[in-house]
Order: sequence, then C-alpha cells, then structure tokens
Amino acid sequence: MINPFLFWAVALLTVPPALSLLFAKKAVHIAMSIVLVMVGLATAYVGLDAPFLGVVQIVVYTGAVMMLFVFVLMLVGVDQREDLTETIKGQRWIALFAAGGLGIFLISIVARVTLPVSSSPVTGDPDVIAGVLFSKYVLVMEVLGALLITAAIGALVMTHMPQLRPRHTQKEISASRVKVGADPVNRPMPGYYARHNALDIPALDPQGNPIPDSVSRVLEVRDQTQDGSEFRAQLEDAAGPSLASPPASAPDSAVDTSKPDSSEGKGE
Amino acid sequence: MDPISFVYLAAILFAIGSAAVLTRRNAIVAFMGVELMLNAANLALVSFSRIHGEVDGQVMAFFVMVVAAAEVVVGLAIIIAVFRTRQSISLDEPAELRG
Amino acid sequence: MLDLSWLLIAVPLASAFVLLLAGKRANSWGHWMGVAASASAFLVGLIAFLQMISRPADDRAINVHLFEWIPGGEMHLDAGLLVDPLSLTFVLLITFVGTLIHIYSVAYMEDDANRRIFFAYLNLFVAAMLLLVLADSFLLLFVGWEGVGLASYLLIGFWNFKPEYATAAKKAFVVNRIGDIGLIIAMGLMFAAFGNLDFDTVFGGVSGASEATLTAIGLMLLLAATGKSAQFPLQSWLGDAMAGPTPVSALIHAATMVTAGVYLIVRSAAIFNGAPDARVVVAAVGAFTLILGAVIGMAKDDIKKALAASTMSQIGYMMLAAGLGPIGYAFAIFHLVTHGFFKAGMFLGAGSVMHGMNDRVNMRRFGALRAAMVVTWVTFGAGWLAIMGIPPFSGFFSKDKIIEAAFVGEGWQPWVFGLAALIGAGLTAFYMSRLFFMTFHGKARWEDDQHPHESKLMMTVPMIILAVGSAFLGLILASGDRFVDWLEPVTGHAEHGEPVIAPMVLIIATLVLVAIGIFVAWRKYGVADVPIEAPAASLITIAARNDMFQDSVNRAVFQRPGQHLTRTLVYADAAVVDGAANGTAAGIAKTGEVTRKMQTGQVRGYAATMLVGLVILVIIVVQGGL
Repeated sequence: MINPFLFWAVALLTVPPALSLLFAKKAVHIAMSIVLVMVGLATAYVGLDAPFLGVVQIVVYTGAVMMLFVFVLMLVGVDQREDLTETIKGQRWIALFAAGGLGIFLISIVARVTLPVSSSPVTGDPDVIAGVLFSKYVLVMEVLGALLITAAIGALVMTHMPQLRPRHTQKEISASRVKVGADPVNRPMPGYYARHNALDIPALDPQGNPIPDSVSRVLEVRDQTQDGSEFRAQLEDAAGPSLASPPASAPDSAVDTSKPDSSEGKGE
Repeated sequence: MDPISFVYLAAILFAIGSAAVLTRRNAIVAFMGVELMLNAANLALVSFSRIHGEVDGQVMAFFVMVVAAAEVVVGLAIIIAVFRTRQSISLDEPAELRG
Repeated sequence: MLDLSWLLIAVPLASAFVLLLAGKRANSWGHWMGVAASASAFLVGLIAFLQMISRPADDRAINVHLFEWIPGGEMHLDAGLLVDPLSLTFVLLITFVGTLIHIYSVAYMEDDANRRIFFAYLNLFVAAMLLLVLADSFLLLFVGWEGVGLASYLLIGFWNFKPEYATAAKKAFVVNRIGDIGLIIAMGLMFAAFGNLDFDTVFGGVSGASEATLTAIGLMLLLAATGKSAQFPLQSWLGDAMAGPTPVSALIHAATMVTAGVYLIVRSAAIFNGAPDARVVVAAVGAFTLILGAVIGMAKDDIKKALAASTMSQIGYMMLAAGLGPIGYAFAIFHLVTHGFFKAGMFLGAGSVMHGMNDRVNMRRFGALRAAMVVTWVTFGAGWLAIMGIPPFSGFFSKDKIIEAAFVGEGWQPWVFGLAALIGAGLTAFYMSRLFFMTFHGKARWEDDQHPHESKLMMTVPMIILAVGSAFLGLILASGDRFVDWLEPVTGHAEHGEPVIAPMVLIIATLVLVAIGIFVAWRKYGVADVPIEAPAASLITIAARNDMFQDSVNRAVFQRPGQHLTRTLVYADAAVVDGAANGTAAGIAKTGEVTRKMQTGQVRGYAATMLVGLVILVIIVVQGGL
C-alpha cells in the first residue's frame, strides 16, 4: 500500500501543470509545466517501488528531452505566441468529446476491475532491472540500441543544411565590390579621427567633415547618433582656423561615393 | 491507498495529452502532448508492475522511455527542418495533403 | 501417280497465285496458263484414274498423307488426301468440264480487260473444289468448302462495277455462310462424339454413336448442303448468282460447286445410314426443291435464271436420291455427273446465244435462232434431250434410276417422293422445252440492234464435246451397271429393292409425262406467237416469276426480326451493359468526390479521426469482450 499523501501530491504536481498544455499561451511556459509533470511522475515512480525508473525519468525527461524541447523552442523563437482560436470547424468539439470520452471510458474500465495488489512488491533497483534487461529482454535491448543510433543519424541528416550557394572567398568579394564601383577599402571606424571614443559619433575625414557611414545603421535608425559638431568646435580651437574651411569638393565626393553601397557593405 | 489510483491518474493525463494534440496548432506543443501521453502510459505500466509485484512493467516503461527519446530526437529534427523551409511550426500550415 | 495427287490442287493454286501476282504483264499469256493448269490437273486426274481401275475393287481407297496439320493434344489431325472412286469421279468431272470451260472462256472473255484475273479466280476455284473433294477430313474439306465459296463470291461479283452484281455476290456469300455454320456445328458435334474429324475416325465411330447424335450431325450436314447446293430453304442466292459471267455459271453454279452439297451427303453416307430420320429430311428437302425449282423455271423469261432454276431442280433430284440411302447414293452421283455435262453444255449454249444477242438474256426477245446458230442449236438440243430424260441420252439413265429408286420403300414415303420425282420429270420437260422453243424456234422477236451469229470455234468446240458427253455418257456409264459398281466401295452395296410400281410402268409413265410436257410447250411457245411482254398470269405464275417471293419471305421472316433483335440488343447494350459500366464508374467517381472532401490536409483533423476511431474500436473490443 502506498501513502495517500504521496498520491495526492503527485496528482497535484501533475494534473494542473498538464492542463497548461491546453490553456497556456506561451510554449516556454508549457515546456516548464511539463518539466514539473515529469518530476511529479518521477516522484510517483519512486513511490511505486521503482526508484531506478524515477531517476531515469528525471535524467531522461527533465534533463534531456524537455531541455531539447526548450532548445528547439529557442531556435524557432521563444516568444511565439499562439493564437488559441480554432481554425478547423468542429475540431474543438471533436477533441473535447474524443479526449473526454476516452478519459471517462478508461476510468470507467479501471473502476470496473479489481486487481489484487501483490503483498510482496519487488523494488525496481538498478541491479534488479539490469538482471531482467540483460537476460529476458536482451534482444529488445539490442534492437533499441540500434534504434537510438538510427534516430541520432536521422536527426543529423534531417537538420543538416545543404550548401545551396557557392561559398565566396574574400578575394571574390573585393573583386565584385570594385566591379560595381563601391569603396574598395573598409569603411572607417566610428570616431576614428575623433577624440571621442564612442560608437555613436561618426568619424571625421581629413577635412574634418563627419563620415555618416562610419556609424552603425542601427544607431542611425534609433536616432542615437551624435553629429561631431561640438567636438569640431573643440578641434578648431586647438588647431586654428586652417581646418575650419576645408576645400568643399574632395570630402563631398568621398561621402557621396560611399553612400549608395553602404547597405551592401554592411551586409557583408 | 491502492496503487490502482495511479492508473486513474494515468487515464486523466492521457486524455489531457490527446486533447492537446488535437487542439494545439503549435507543433512543439502538440509534440509535448504526445510526450505526456507516453508518460501517462508509463505511469500505468509502473503502477501495474507494482500491483503485480513484477519488475517487467518497469522494464517496459524503460523501453518506452528509450523509444520516446529516439522519437523526440527525430521529431524535433523534423520540426526544425519544417521551420527552416516554412518559417512556421504551425500544424495547420502544411495542408498540401488536401484532397 | 496416286501419291502425286496433291499436284491436282497445287498446280491450279500455283497458277492462280502467279496470275494474281504477275499483274498486267500476264495479260498476254495468263489465260493460256490458266487453261494449261486446268488441263494438267485433268491429266494428273486421268492418270490417277487409270491407275485406280487397274487395282482390285476393294483396294481403291488411297490415303495420301501430306503433312502434320493440327498436332493438338487429343486432337491430332493431319492434312491428307483421300483418293477413292468417289473423289476421283469428282476430280475427273471438275477438271474435264473445268478445262473445257477454261477454253470456252478464253474466247468468251476475250474483250474483258481483266481476263487474267478471271482465269486466276477460275484456277482458284478448281484448286479449292479439288481440295474439297479430295480432303480426307471434314476440316480439310471445310477449307475447300470455304475456298469454293470465296471463288464463287469473287466470280459472281466479277463485274462488280454494277451494284446489283456486287449485291448478288454478297447475297451468295451471306447465304452460304448460313450453310457453313451448319457444317461447323456438324464438325463440333463430330469432334464431341468421335474425338477427331478425319473420315476414318468419324465413319469408324458411327456404329458406337447414338442415333440422336447421328441425326443431329446429319441435319447440320444437310443445312450445309442446302446452303452450298441452293436447296430449300437456302436456295435464294442461286438465281442472283447468274450475275457472274456465263462460264462461271456453267462451271460453278451448274456443274461442280453447287453439287458439293450432294457430295457432302454421299461422302457422309455412313452417318446418314445410321440416321434414317435425317435421311428422310434430306429426301424431303430434295423433293420439295425439285418441284420448287421446276415451277420457278416454268415462269422465268431470263434464259440464265431459267437454267439456274433448272439446276436447283436437278440438284433436288440428287438430294432426293441421296436421301433415299444406299440405293440412291450411286444414282445421285450418276445424275450429278451427267447433269454436270448437259447443264454445263446448256449454259455454254446460253452463253453462246447471249454472245450472239448482245448479252441480252430475255427469251421473249429471242426466237428462231436455229438458223443463225446451228452448232449452238444442236449442242443445246442434246442437252435439252438429256435433261428431259429421253432415251438414249444420258439423263434418261440417271434420272430414271432416281425415279425408280424413289418409289422403293414402304408406307407413304415412296408415294410422296416417287410422285414428286415423276411429276418433276414432266415439269422439267415443259420448262426446258419452253426454254428451247422460245430461244431457237418460233418467230424471230429480236431487237433492232441484234444480229445473231454463230460463236467462234473456241467456244463451239467445248460445247460440242459436252454435247457428245450429254448424249452418250449415260449410256456408257450405265451399261452393265459400270458406274454403280465403280462407286460401290464408297457408297456401299445396295440391296435391290422393288419399287411399288413396276419399273417398266414407271419408265412409260415418265416418258408419257415428258411427251405431254414437250407437246404443251410446243403448242404454246413453238407454234403460237410468244408475246414480247410477259402476259398477265395466274397467281402461281407471278409467284414463280418472283422466285416464290423467297426474298420477301426471307426479309419478313429473318431480316426484319433480325434487325429488330439487333436494335433491341444495341439498345440493351447501351442501356444495361454500358449503363452498368458507366454507372459504376460514375458512382465511384462520385464517391471519390465525396470522400475527397474528407481529406482536408489538416494534420490535426487526421489526428482527431484517428482518436475517434481508436475510441470506437476500444469500446467495441472492450464491450464485446466483457
């Protein structure tokens, strides 16, 4: 006989989290709930004289399977919210009746039978399990090993991404860049000529004009850049007026040529 | 308390899992429903093992776990492959089998 | 030489192939090749005959094995020839008369552009007819049987640019097919009853077969014979078959092919000996046809059609004789041979007359041709006297024996058959005299463009030879029962039966009837004027002029119901058979349309279906098990 407290604890630990499968919106929440269910089941196994299986349950399900689920969830996007409105007509009713009917039917069957509980339970210790596993069920064991290997290779094959386009070498990339007339060299780092070390400040060309491409586009979009005007004033103070009026043509052209392919350059 | 109580619990969990498979559109969630059903079966196996005083039920549950592990590996690989091609893991998306 | 009798068939067949394949370059010599092929066949036949008569009477049946034909398990049939007195008689008749007609045709068909093809067909016919009479199994006989049917079709429709001639050919072909079905069924019955189709097996197994089987086979053989020999009820094609060139009418539709039915009956004597009922039917068919043909012959104004009706009537005599059993078989063949001579001679005479009269055939526009065509008149006269049975012409010996044999027997049969034969003789005398007088005597009723003249030597010589045969063949063959003894190994020994009327009385009665026939015909067509247009006449004459409305009867009894039947079947086929097939297809398509909707492509829908099914299944199993 088992402790009723154990049973109710397990029931409370498994059924409410399991219901999250039906009602929770976020997949990560569901996954964590199922982890709870698995732990609850492991508890139940231990209580049912199957300590080895309880440990395996923890290791395999909570440790491996559910973590794999969470990992995959992260791959496909953790914050995917699911719309719970049903799209297939009548599916929800069918699900309700089929699943509910199945549950009720199973319970009614179990209620109708009376099984004499063995008075001398065998505790499923690892040595006991191993004895059965490697004698009576050794062939099944071998087959399952083969199955696991097959599954592993299958998963590798399934997730392997084939190379669809030829890989570009750096030489090819620069050659293509010259071909379209873009800037052949790397763009300057932000703040390269500035006395300021921040990423949000464009570099200055030799004439002292700011180079917008030197700043990350993300910052530009977020409107978090700063122009170099205040630093320029400091620069003028230090170096004298010769820098204040640069020849207009050269920096303009430099800025203009770098602009059209800026996005391409960043993409690389 | 009679270990048969755990069989009731297994039946309830199994029904919940099957309902999840039928109603959830997210493939990963549906997959978790499958896992829940497998675990419910495991619970029933272990309970019967306890009731009969034999260890065979536990071995069966162990086998189920192994098979489930293999199934999870392959199933998740499939989900990833589908996600790569469709940018979606909705079960309603691949309706190419429509007659 | 007997082992080489396959040459009889091979030579004309080869000649036919050469003529058909050689094309126009054979135009100059093709007809002579045809004559040579026929003549060489006659020579082979003659040598075989001479060898045959040097053998003892009981050793006159030689089987010539040709090749293994159908080596099929239980049915192992070899192609072989049976050379015996009966087949040799036919060989000599076919090749001799055939050769004469070939020679005649050289002149008769001179102006025809397709004379080469005509000779090819004639040779084909000779080959097929010889195969028919020489075959040692019913199946090989059937090959020849169909071969002569084909040749007959081709030759009747030789001038097929005239639609009615082509129709006549088609009619002959179709009617003959009905008879052929009889032969096929007969062969099927034989195969079922005896296990094989060669003469030895079949005739050897007759004693072990039931009379019902033999009667069925006999009746089916009779059906075949009526088709080929233009006997009631399949007689309708013969009159139209006169569409063919006159030599064809002489050879195929008077002397040889149409007698194949008689040959079939006599060859199957063993079967008919075991089936008296079938024999009575044969005799009845013969007796009826001989009267029918004679009545039709009395009313026809077309010289060829009158002769065709006469042919029908004379073959009726042969059938009657064949139906009388062993006492008649030999006389049937005897009459067949003499008839082959005199009827061929008369047809050639008719051809000669047509040649001189611009191919006209209406006897009402003939008359007084005696002076213009003396040779034709004399030779035709010989045939005329022969067919009427005036002693000592050949018809007397053959026909008188048949009349005498018809009166042998008990009960009603001798009286019915005998009186039919006797009256037929009188009718024959009347219609042949009518034909003769209308053509050669009386006043000239020619049309303006007709200038009768005697035909060429090449036409008259065969006529003269046939006339000599008509005159003396009967006497030669009948003296000392030579012909009957010659055929005895095949037809069996006939117990001499006493006719119910004394033979002498019968001969006198026949001659008196013949004399009355001639006298009436002379009064009506020799002395009196013959109206150019056929006068209004009694109902029976009108019926006879229209071939007893045979075509109308056939149309009403067979064609119309047949058409209705086929229409009904077509409708039934469309409605029931096609309907069932199409309905099934449509139903399946509809089911597919409906069930297709179930395939939503929604995986969760499938999962729901699976789960529902599982629940139902578990409920069934558990509730059923509990």
